[in-house]
Amino acid sequence: MAIKPTPTVAVATIVLAGFALLPVYAVLAGDSFVLSLGTRILVMALAAASLNLILGYGGMVSFGHAAYLGVGGYVVGIMAYHGVTSAWVQWPVAILLSAAVALFIGALSLRTRGLYFIMITLAFAQMIYYVGVGLYDYGGDDGLTLNARSDFGGFPSLDDRPQFYYLCFILLVAALYLMKRLVGSRFGQVIRGAKSNDPRMHAIGFPTMRYRLTAFVIAGAVCGLAGVLLANQADFVSPATMHWTRSGDLIVMVVLGGMGSLMGPVYGALTVLALEESLSSLTHYWKIIFGPFLVLVVLFGKGGIAGLIARWERRK
Amino acid sequence: MILFIEQILNGVQIGLLLFLLAAGLTLVFGIMDLVNLAHGSLYMMGAYFAAVLTKLTGSFFLGALLALPAALLLGIVVEVVALRSLYSRDHLDQVLATFGLILFFNEAAQLVFGVAGMTIPLPEALQGQIQIMPGLPYPTYRFVVVAVGLACALSLYWLVVRTRVGMLIRAGASNREMAGALGVNIARLYTLVFGLGAALAALAGLMAAPITTVRVGMGENILILAFVVIVIGGIGSVRGAFVAAFLVGLLDTVGRAFLPDILTLFINPIQAASLAQGLSSMLIYILMALVLVVRPAGLFPAPGR
Amino acid sequence: MTGTILSTNGLIKRFGGLLATDNVSLEIATGELHAIIGPNGAGKTTLIRQLSGEMRPTAGSVMLDGQDITAAPMHRRSHMGLARSYQITSIFPDMTARENVALAVQAHDGHSFRFWAPAADDARLAGPALAALDQVGLGARADIPASALSHGEHRQLEIAMALATRPRLLLLDEPMAGMGPDESARMVALLKTLKRSLTIVLIEHDMDAVFQLADRLTVLVYGRAIATGTPEAIRVNREVRQAYLGDGHGG
Repeated sequence: MAIKPTPTVAVATIVLAGFALLPVYAVLAGDSFVLSLGTRILVMALAAASLNLILGYGGMVSFGHAAYLGVGGYVVGIMAYHGVTSAWVQWPVAILLSAAVALFIGALSLRTRGLYFIMITLAFAQMIYYVGVGLYDYGGDDGLTLNARSDFGGFPSLDDRPQFYYLCFILLVAALYLMKRLVGSRFGQVIRGAKSNDPRMHAIGFPTMRYRLTAFVIAGAVCGLAGVLLANQADFVSPATMHWTRSGDLIVMVVLGGMGSLMGPVYGALTVLALEESLSSLTHYWKIIFGPFLVLVVLFGKGGIAGLIARWERRK
Repeated sequence: MILFIEQILNGVQIGLLLFLLAAGLTLVFGIMDLVNLAHGSLYMMGAYFAAVLTKLTGSFFLGALLALPAALLLGIVVEVVALRSLYSRDHLDQVLATFGLILFFNEAAQLVFGVAGMTIPLPEALQGQIQIMPGLPYPTYRFVVVAVGLACALSLYWLVVRTRVGMLIRAGASNREMAGALGVNIARLYTLVFGLGAALAALAGLMAAPITTVRVGMGENILILAFVVIVIGGIGSVRGAFVAAFLVGLLDTVGRAFLPDILTLFINPIQAASLAQGLSSMLIYILMALVLVVRPAGLFPAPGR
Repeated sequence: MTGTILSTNGLIKRFGGLLATDNVSLEIATGELHAIIGPNGAGKTTLIRQLSGEMRPTAGSVMLDGQDITAAPMHRRSHMGLARSYQITSIFPDMTARENVALAVQAHDGHSFRFWAPAADDARLAGPALAALDQVGLGARADIPASALSHGEHRQLEIAMALATRPRLLLLDEPMAGMGPDESARMVALLKTLKRSLTIVLIEHDMDAVFQLADRLTVLVYGRAIATGTPEAIRVNREVRQAYLGDGHGG
């Protein structure tokens, strides 16, 4: 399939190229803050992209997605606490545990629909939040500071800012490519069909539950990876990572960026974090602007940023 | 035994506060099909209004009494300005927009009322204790909370089951078109119900205020609890909310009170305290998960959904 | 006729105090087009729902090829060769007509835990999907988003999706509802072709179409099957005339 230079493609290319070149600017300008902000944006984009798979493509409004950020983060934190810093051990454990948690939550939650699904995913995330609070040996409510970042045995080194940044960038691009293949595959068609009209899917012969659950687990695993990166970036993990408002933030990123569009979560994470930075330098009370902005987005911004670009594309 | 009775009373009290919050939430959802995360903000604003008005008037009773119409008004404004256009939207849009409202209210409260938080001193009449039985004194104020909560629950029951407004509410909940066909002014009914829910939330908030402190974010954790309550009870069912509120209130208090002691039998007290804190908070979510696994539409599924 | 493909035995469906299906025992013979008619509220759609598995009967059983499928979920019945179309259009509006039908093909082409190869380029899906679209006369509209198709085309798409599951038994719930005379005529022609190779259970209000197409009819009134027989027999059945045709209109 040839890629046509549509605005959708053009904007995606520009944004990704911008991310690719950011470290160059950071080094030239001697601005290390922009690099850690950039890393955070990439990591949140990865988390939002995983949510987009089930929310945007699969129509599953999970209000507990931040739980996997916490699971991934705590695996890194706890293993580092016990002296296990090798990424080759930490990361697979984090991803597998996140997947297992998602399997458990999904198997129970996906039996429910609509608001009940929203609430039961929220409830499970709260449960995991309180598990974090109850981890007395690992800081409880106050959280856990990382003894050391994950260690790949030299390269890439997470202590080196540009290297860490590029690792996140590559993982994000890989995840986006994975999503693209997933969504276009037979599996993806089933997920989209179940979002669009689940009873009809059953009538034409699909037992959709197992496919939706698989998507739910994949999303959890990818978000667990994002949690690993986030903990390394902040050198810290705490129950606050899993607070329900964090899950709300992830939904905001997905919807603001454009549900069910490949690049949407990236635009969403970029916009939210950039707004947070710029507005909070303007006023401490930046959310007083951001809150009503969200309401306006919901009321008038159908399709989010990606939808905006697509509409512009059609008008030309 | 005495400790146990005391904890049951505390559980009843929390259950009633939760019910006040959940009743509005479940009515708004049952009738308007609206998920309102900002309901917790109304709880918080109720507490702030009461704190400010108490300071101004010098009387807690007057402050509380004035805070209710203020919250009712705020609820109506929020409904008319922001939420009205969300009724026809899907739940995701509603979650997102009302999430935005939470951010707004939290920051606005900090801006207007300050970061420090406020306390409401109890009037002398309510400061004492009542001897329930030999060896069991119980704070007068908590008694008042229970009494007011019960009175509200009964009046709400009476309103919904016995009055014309209640009939319209029930008609609206089970069949929107029919209510429209009966010549009910749906828009006004919605505003009224939302205002009522806001006032109930504010009442819960201002009654909780003297026990805790009035601060930003106070509505968030209890909002999640209220959601758990309406999901367990069956969304849209006031009766379900009542039953579930007590279940959650009792489970929460009893768990909090007795888990540390139970756990101390197995591990050292400091660890036990921390673990118990996490575990007792988890109990209600476990309850909710269990209920939903067995009855995916809650204990008292409202008809027609 | 060569035996029974689908049968119900003492089927009962109760909604609170309302008896929507009242002890219905049906036998659908292999190869026939069996129409179910009856006034509004007779419980026709409720009956179809119990046949397709959307709804569990309160009592009684449903047999397909001699197997009890009363408790079988919809997707399993689909794999046993049962397909249905809906009275109220039920499609995937945000996909193209081709994608709609391709999904139905995919459902019957092994499992769908295939995560990598693009489904859009998959000839195993596109081929049969286009064939089914051609069969119902939608071949030229394959790449139009389903939401942009006309009402009549939606009905055709419904049938194409059902056909793409390669069924042996087709349950059609008012396929001509809301169609103009031209579209209806085309649908009748299509059903005439289909009935050569398929067993069809048809719910329809258009009596002309029903009497043109049906080999046998069952008349449902207040959830009860009051008569079953050939069109000629039903036409002269006194009970039917009284209960149904006699009340003025066929609606």
